[in-house]
Amino acid sequence: MADDKDNEREMRAKRAQRARNLAVALLLGALVIIFYVATVVRLGPNVLDRPL
Amino acid sequence: MSMSEQLDMGMEAPAASLAMPSDYVALLKPRVMSLVVFTALVGLVLAPADPHPFMALVAIVCIAVGAGASGALNMWVDADIDGLMARTRTRPVPAGRVTADGAFAFGLVLAALSVMTMGVLVGYLAAALLAFTIFFYAVVYSMWLKRSTPQNIVIGGAAGAFPPVIGWAAATGSISLEPLVLFAIIFLWTPPHFWALALVRAHDYERAGIPMMPNVAGERSTRRQILIYAALVALAGVAPWPLGFASAVYGIAAIGLGAVFFAYAIVLWQAGAERLRAAAKKLFAYSVFYLFALFAILLGEAVWSGMVW
Repeated sequence: MADDKDNEREMRAKRAQRARNLAVALLLGALVIIFYVATVVRLGPNVLDRPL
Repeated sequence: MSMSEQLDMGMEAPAASLAMPSDYVALLKPRVMSLVVFTALVGLVLAPADPHPFMALVAIVCIAVGAGASGALNMWVDADIDGLMARTRTRPVPAGRVTADGAFAFGLVLAALSVMTMGVLVGYLAAALLAFTIFFYAVVYSMWLKRSTPQNIVIGGAAGAFPPVIGWAAATGSISLEPLVLFAIIFLWTPPHFWALALVRAHDYERAGIPMMPNVAGERSTRRQILIYAALVALAGVAPWPLGFASAVYGIAAIGLGAVFFAYAIVLWQAGAERLRAAAKKLFAYSVFYLFALFAILLGEAVWSGMVW
């Protein structure tokens, strides 16, 4: 009985962990996109103006 | 001490967290955040500047995340008293879905992230104002004023009044009279708004030991002070018209909306004991509508007159 409860809790904890991981991944992805677009917006064509 | 060390010593391992992302969203106080975003947007759109729409969006997101960080830090500070009040006992920390330390770490990371992003991408004045606002809400209000003085929400109201100033600073890189008038409107609006709620929830606050005005000065005094602040916010609400950054249409609407606010405050002031709660609830609900309506008209006018972007 107690084992069933422990197993169920473990499953719920794993599901919650997976959902939190996904949320953090999405937020990090959004942050990367924000910085990328903001760099292009702020620098404009100058983003390509660099020594090669 | 690591988890394996704890197990070696025969101690019970900490239970794995069942917190879902929605619990962390709740830590951000989304309803408060929506008002913050709206007032910040008005400050940004009213500003005589032409920021790129994407940079304006970044500024608004930073302000929203900063406000959310304040909410999470507030829930960390109030972990001991939120469980004592009906209004707050279902929050993630008192309900046991997120630990107080988890709320603290979450709030701190978001605060740092929002301020740094604002500074790097938008501007340092807006970032400094955002940092100060988070500090003011989490430390000055939540840690100090809230539990020590009945003037807690009067002074603490400054934190809620800053977003339009931050929005303006994000667009222009400076501060002028206009955002300070918007600041004054929200600052003077806060006491009647929260004291109306405190009149309804007086027992809750008493149980938690928070010195809200009705518990310290009594209902009579609170209602008199609500009346005074209602008059002041009604006057401040009209100010954008004579100061030239809103039209006569706004001015007339502000006079009407302010008069109704004052009328609700008079009804509350004169209400007998049996009608007190109902009158306070009505004033509370109207106060939300009042602020939303004033700022919506300002926003509408700015968009209409082509000032936007």
